[in-house]
Amino acid sequence: MSESARQDSPEQAEFRQYCRQWLASNKPGEPSVRLPLSPLEIMTEEQLSYLQGWQKSAYDAGLVGCDYPVAVGGGGRTDCQRIANDEMIGARTPFMPNVIGLGMAAPTVFHHGQEALKERLLPRLFSGEDIWCQGFSEPGAGSDLASVQTFAERKGDKWVINGHKVWTSLAHFAEWMILLLRTDRSHKYDGLSYFVVPIKSALGKGVTVRPLIKITGETGFNEVIFEDLEVDDGYRLDELGKGWQVAMTTLLHERGAGELQTPRSGGMKSKATHSTNTANLIELARVTSRNGKPAADDPLIRDRIMQLVIQEAGLGQNQRRARVSALQDHPARLLLQNKLLASEIAQAIGATAMEVEGASASLYLGDDNAPAGGQWPMAYMNSYGMTIAAGTSEIQRNILGERVLGLAKSK
Amino acid sequence: MTQPDNFGFGEEAGLLKDSARKFFADNFTTDKLHRMVASDHNPERMSACVWDRDLWQQMVELGWTSLAIPESAGGLGLPLVAVAGLVEELGRAAFPCPLLGSLNATYVLSACDSGGEAALTEIAEGMTATLAITNAQGSWDLTDTGVESTNGQLNGMAYFVQDARKADRLLVSARTKKGLSLYWVATDAAGVTIAPDAIVDLTRDQAHVSFENVQAQAVSDNGVAALSQAMPAIWTLLAADITGAAEWQLQTTVEYAGTRQQFEHPLGFFQAVKHPLVDVMILIDQCKSLVYNAACAFDMQPPRAAEFAHMAKASASECAAFASSRSVQSHGGIGFTWECFIHLYFKRQKHSQLLWGDAAWHRAQLANILIGTAA
Repeated sequence: MSESARQDSPEQAEFRQYCRQWLASNKPGEPSVRLPLSPLEIMTEEQLSYLQGWQKSAYDAGLVGCDYPVAVGGGGRTDCQRIANDEMIGARTPFMPNVIGLGMAAPTVFHHGQEALKERLLPRLFSGEDIWCQGFSEPGAGSDLASVQTFAERKGDKWVINGHKVWTSLAHFAEWMILLLRTDRSHKYDGLSYFVVPIKSALGKGVTVRPLIKITGETGFNEVIFEDLEVDDGYRLDELGKGWQVAMTTLLHERGAGELQTPRSGGMKSKATHSTNTANLIELARVTSRNGKPAADDPLIRDRIMQLVIQEAGLGQNQRRARVSALQDHPARLLLQNKLLASEIAQAIGATAMEVEGASASLYLGDDNAPAGGQWPMAYMNSYGMTIAAGTSEIQRNILGERVLGLAKSK
Repeated sequence: MTQPDNFGFGEEAGLLKDSARKFFADNFTTDKLHRMVASDHNPERMSACVWDRDLWQQMVELGWTSLAIPESAGGLGLPLVAVAGLVEELGRAAFPCPLLGSLNATYVLSACDSGGEAALTEIAEGMTATLAITNAQGSWDLTDTGVESTNGQLNGMAYFVQDARKADRLLVSARTKKGLSLYWVATDAAGVTIAPDAIVDLTRDQAHVSFENVQAQAVSDNGVAALSQAMPAIWTLLAADITGAAEWQLQTTVEYAGTRQQFEHPLGFFQAVKHPLVDVMILIDQCKSLVYNAACAFDMQPPRAAEFAHMAKASASECAAFASSRSVQSHGGIGFTWECFIHLYFKRQKHSQLLWGDAAWHRAQLANILIGTAA
């Protein structure tokens, strides 16, 4: 029996058993295409359709949206998503492609949308048939998110949208976007509104999606330009001018601190994918020669790796402790650290891996001699996406300092 | 063997932790601590041994010294995870007393098969104790000791003995012809001399102890095995103490950063102050989570107890160093003075950081477990 299984409620125990059995016979086989490192790096239709197939079958089996009500396409269960997550991760399934939909759009639409809208949008979101993207950042609004300038002008019961969004992962595949924009230019925070907007059906009719190339050379995110796109007022989630509060629901879930568990799945390795964790770093140090000896024998490298092992274990134990109220001083203190720590630890692991590789860290994906297929330099570069996206590490420290420690608000 | 999600930290543990917090808040303010231990600022002072024996007696009566003693020896038999909660509160109060030493001895004696039972009963009845297992070089290698045993007599020196002047009993490790044995020795036994060290930390006392033809009965003839089994608990409890003390350092510094104004703003407005304080909090939380994980492993997953305890104490040592550094620096000029209470915790934490192995030492042990010994 796994350690978490011992704490299950009767419903959870029965559901865990069901998930395990279902996964034993329904976990998809190895894909014929190379899988990307994460859903945000999906580049081809082939990758997408393999991953969408997996999400659809997991949804049909009841492993996605478990804790949402049946009426909106959910499973109507209580605290069961994390059971499904345990089992999917344990079974090393592929990951699900609709991450932004599942992690951010679903809880936001669920908390703020009209019933009819939820019933229409959420089932196809959970199944992965509709991919979602997030329109928050703009060329002039990064860390200062509330300064977005994309504008919606009222025209009867419609809105006309003009503006420019950037860093929009998955927009090239997306049916829908969650969109933070402005309906009033005279108030910074109180002039914001929040919409769900159809993207794919409006391509060439007010919406243009153009790829942005990442530091790694990969595609996967985009800029999205709105030119006189008309949308119905029914797609607005906020009470007019209260868009910032809706955006906070999204950001809370994006940073792993929301109360609705996000479906998580993954771990399947194909030839060229690996995870940025210390187990892989230790393996790399074992097989890498340094001055005629394994790098894993070098005392400085051992010390550095152990620092990271401890940080990684600490994060895992934080997540465990976050569910034990008697061992917490402040309800959000641990949850608000999740994203900051996960991203900075991944970055440090990537940096250390490159040091372990030494001169061979210069070799990239296209070089046959690159250790681990050149994945470590790529993982290291990609880690900056994590420390910048969804609120930079600097913004995360402001949030922690202000909301948890109660320090004065910084500009 | 696996761990439960909640670390095994049940209702009883929660009540104990809360009552300890309240006990110290009601009875022992930092102001009182300062008046008690910081009356002499002379850097060349001899180390004093002042502590509140009345309050200590109340702690004994509350049963805190017998928490970890098995019920068979007259104790309460609580898991380490519950004891760690209490010790976290002890660290927060920085209360000078022989509780940690007595708990440390308890865990070693509990690992001594039947030989330790009489000594455990003494602790359960209120005797205080401390470990005398370290040599002059401060080696944390359990096979190193400065004491020899021949024909039932102890000779030699033990160093870095914590709270020696507050202890009634010493748990001594000594080399024998066969290996390493452990002995239970009264501090007032003939031939035992306790020589106080002049130390930086004002909240503890420390001594080197000489043994001259001391008659003693062994509690274990397999000292390395008993110590190895107990050390994860000892590292974990010191890490718990550090966690509590660091939280005091953080909250006290945050309070100062909220009231002290410069450039028309409270200090905490400036990210050069705010972000390091957040990093202190992050280190505390890492340490605290690893403490309860290590404690739970000691209770329920012994094969991984040492691995997780090395993580906890390595993390705690980093936490102690950084929380101490930022607490003084963020207080500015006043933080550099004897009158500001910050120095009491700064000194206690520097002591704790190095005691029973610093961060690098624990990481080296951890690497031996996770990677294997280097060629």
